[in-house]
Amino acid sequence: MTTPVLDRRPTPTSSATAPRRSLKDRGTRLLAALFLAPTLVGVLVFTVVPIVGSVVLSFFHWDVIGTPRFAGTDNYTQVFTDDTVLVSFTNTLIFMVFAVALQLLLALALALTLTNRMPSWLRSTFRSAFFFPLILSAASISVVMKYLFNQDFGVVNWLLGHVGIAPVPWLTSEHSAMAAVILVYVWQQFGFSFLLFVGGLNTIPKEIHEASSLDGASGLRKHLSITLPLLSPTLLVASVVGIINALQVFEQPYVLTDGGPGDATRTVVMVIYQSAFEQLRFGEASAIGVLLFVLIMAVTALQFRLSRRFVHYQ
Amino acid sequence: MNRMKYVLASWTRVAGLTAVALLTLGPVIWTVSTSFRAPAESFDLPPRIIPGHATTEAYHQVFAQIDVWLLALNSTLVTALIAVGQMITAGLAGYAFARLEFRFKKPLFGLVLATMMVPVQVTIVPVFLLLKPMGLTDTLLGLIIPAWPTAFGTFLMRQYFLGMPKDLGEAALIDGAGPWRIFRSVYAPLATPGLAIIGVLAFNYHWNEFFRPLILETSTQNFTLPLGLVSLQGNLGTGSISVVLAGVVLSMIPAMAVFVIGQRPLREGITSAGVNR
Repeated sequence: MTTPVLDRRPTPTSSATAPRRSLKDRGTRLLAALFLAPTLVGVLVFTVVPIVGSVVLSFFHWDVIGTPRFAGTDNYTQVFTDDTVLVSFTNTLIFMVFAVALQLLLALALALTLTNRMPSWLRSTFRSAFFFPLILSAASISVVMKYLFNQDFGVVNWLLGHVGIAPVPWLTSEHSAMAAVILVYVWQQFGFSFLLFVGGLNTIPKEIHEASSLDGASGLRKHLSITLPLLSPTLLVASVVGIINALQVFEQPYVLTDGGPGDATRTVVMVIYQSAFEQLRFGEASAIGVLLFVLIMAVTALQFRLSRRFVHYQ
Repeated sequence: MNRMKYVLASWTRVAGLTAVALLTLGPVIWTVSTSFRAPAESFDLPPRIIPGHATTEAYHQVFAQIDVWLLALNSTLVTALIAVGQMITAGLAGYAFARLEFRFKKPLFGLVLATMMVPVQVTIVPVFLLLKPMGLTDTLLGLIIPAWPTAFGTFLMRQYFLGMPKDLGEAALIDGAGPWRIFRSVYAPLATPGLAIIGVLAFNYHWNEFFRPLILETSTQNFTLPLGLVSLQGNLGTGSISVVLAGVVLSMIPAMAVFVIGQRPLREGITSAGVNR
C-alpha cells in the first residue's frame, strides 16, 4: 500500500540506496499529507461536521436566541404531519421528474443532431448558444423570466397570441405555475447535460458509426441500438447530476412564484429556508434538510443500482 | 433523388437547431434591448430588438438606486478569492490522489466525492452556527473560506494529473529528484490549463451564487450583485422593468467576458466530467 507509485524502476541492488528509498517513502507520505490537508480539513469542518450537526439539531427545538431544548422525534412527527412540508416534497419530486426528463431529452436530441455533417463555424455557434444560459445567474434570469411569463404584458403570451393561443395565467394558476418553473429551469440547465453528451459522443470511435452505416443502419435505429448503449456511462453521469441538482431547486420558484399560488410551487429547499430563517425553527429546518439528504442519497443509490443493468462500459 | 433528400434533411436539422438557439438566446436579447428602453415604456408590446428611442436612463436609475460599484467590488473579491483558493486546494489534493501513494487513499477520495451529494441547504444552518462564534457571519470571509474545499475541482484535477504521462516523473526520480521536486518542476507547470478550468468554473458558479449570500450576509454593505439585483425588483410596482433589466445586464457583463475568454476551459471542464477514465 505504501510503496510510492513512482518507485517502479528496477529494484536497486546496492545497499547504499536502501536508506534513501525509505526516506523517499516518508517524504511522499509527508507531501501527501500536506497536499491533502486543506481539502480534507475543509471537507471535515464545512461538510462532515455540519451534517452531523444537522442530524443532532433535528432532535432539538431551537430558535437561535434561547437554549436548545431536546425534542426527541417531535420535529420529524411535526414534519410528517405538516401539509406544507409534505406538499413541498411532492412538488419537488414532480418537478424533478419533468425537469430532468425534459432536460436530458432536449440535450440528447441536440447533441445527436450536432454530430451530423455541418460547417464547423455553424456547429460551434450552436454549441455556444445552447451553453450560454449556464453562465447567467439563476436568480437574475428568473427575474427576467418573471416579466416574460407575465399574463397580460409578457412576451410569451404575446407570442402565443400570434398562433391563436389565449393568454395563459403562467404564474398565477397552479398547474401552469409549475410548468413555468420547470421551463425556466430547463431553459437554463439543458446546456450542462448537452455538454456532457457532446463529450461522451466524442469518445465513441467514428469507425463504429461508419461500419453500421455500411451495414445499412440508418438514423434513429442506429442511435437506439448503437449510440445510446455506448453513451450510457455519460447518460448515467448526466442523470445523476441532473437529479441531484433538480432536488435542490430554489432560485427559480423563489423569484418566479415565491412558492405560490398557494403552495403549488413550494419546494423542499424553500421550506428549509423559510422554517430556518423566517420562522427561526432551526430544529425543524434541520429535520427537513436531513430528510432531503436521505432522499438524494436514496435516489442516487437507486440510479447506480439500476445502472448495472443498463450501462455498458467500452 | 437521394442527394435532394440529404440536402433537405440537413436544412431541416439546421432550421430546428436555429429555432432552439433563438429560444435560448431570445430572453437574453430581450433583456439587453429592453434595458435601453425608457423605463415608462418598457412594458410596451411588441418587444423590439432595437428600441425606438434608445436611452440609458434605466442605467442611471440603477446607479441611483443601488451601490453598483460596492456590489461589484464585493462580488469580485468573493469570486476571485474563492477561485484562487479552489485552484490551490484542488490542485494539491488532485495531485496527491493522482500521483502519490499513501494509506487510505481510496476511502479518502470516496469521502471527498461523496460530499458532492450533500446539498448546500443541508449544511448551511450548522455552517452558519460555526461561523457565528468566529465572527464570520455577515462578512465576505464567511462566504469565501467555506467554499475553498471543492469536491468537483479535486475530482477534475485528479483526472487531469492522471492524464499526464507517468514517464516524466519517473525520469526525474532516476535523476534523484524528491517527491516535492517532481511535483514542483515536472507536473505543476503542466497543470495550468487544468487550473484554468477550475478557476473559470469557480468564477461562473460563485459570481452567480444566491443562496449562501442570502443567508450569510445581512447588511447591505456586504451584499453581492445577485442579492443587490433582487432589491431592484421593487421597480416592478412602478412598471419600470427596464431598470431591473439594466441591473441584470450590468451583472452579466463580467460573466459574458468570462464566457468569451474562458469558454473553452469551461466547456472542457464539463465535457470531461462525463467521460469515464
